[in-house]
Amino acid sequence: MLESLIFYFFASLTVISAATVVTVRNPVHSALFLVLTFFSTAFIWMLLEAEFLAISLVLVYVGAVMVLFLFVVMMLDINIARIREGFIKFLPVGIALALVMFGLIYYVVSGDQFSLESMPAPVAKSAEYSNTKELGMVLYTEYVFAFEIAAVILLVAIIAAISLTLRRRPGTRYQNPSVQMKVQKQDRLRIIKMEAEK
Amino acid sequence: MAIALNHYLVLAAILFSISIAGIIINRKNLIVLLMSIELMLLAVNINFIAFSHYLNDLAGQVFVFFILTVAAAEAAIGLAILIVLFRNKQSINMADINEMKG
Repeated sequence: MLESLIFYFFASLTVISAATVVTVRNPVHSALFLVLTFFSTAFIWMLLEAEFLAISLVLVYVGAVMVLFLFVVMMLDINIARIREGFIKFLPVGIALALVMFGLIYYVVSGDQFSLESMPAPVAKSAEYSNTKELGMVLYTEYVFAFEIAAVILLVAIIAAISLTLRRRPGTRYQNPSVQMKVQKQDRLRIIKMEAEK
Repeated sequence: MAIALNHYLVLAAILFSISIAGIIINRKNLIVLLMSIELMLLAVNINFIAFSHYLNDLAGQVFVFFILTVAAAEAAIGLAILIVLFRNKQSINMADINEMKG
């Protein structure tokens, strides 16, 4: 009973905040509501006994990705009035398409094959069971190559993001350490033979 | 009373539909478009974790782990492109991005 109460509370919170994300006027507010969506989804994942992913959703998404979003939104000077044009025009199309999409998925998903009778809820794990440990056991044995590819993808993302936004301004003076290190004596010092002054 | 798998799948379907509607009604706003894509990935992740729980198979959670990685990379590169775009055009309106006549 308590379980379904928690589920319905956080599910409705997720849906309401997700709907607010796409309709609210200010992009900063929609970023903050996206944070709320992620938080309530993390609770849903906790109910599904995926503790490690629930925590990493909060840490990675709320802690890193959403902060990046907020940072960018606040850094850019956005003309909200221009960005909102077409909102009313596309609203009926958007709602109609979403309803059709939801109807189709609901038709498939609400059938008998996913109900409690055909797919009973698994027995709750004991207190000694560690989701993080089990996930780590699979991740570092069976999926180790995929894990390494994920690491490479993150490296590529870092390099791409930095090289895209890096800007060399012409006319600024900066040091070039390799040139400084390679300098020879004859580049800097010139010995001139000259008559001594009497 | 336990919760059926249906409930989680319907929740994910609602989230997915909301993000599709968000992509259509915010066609001019690149930032909210990126946020809608994040919501879509979240809906897919809920499906993966629900199935992983009910089928008692950890592979679904491993998959979600990789989706989170790729989504973080996608958000970082997307926002970097957004910043470069804003630097060149002083606007992030989709109507101004028409060089390629797509």
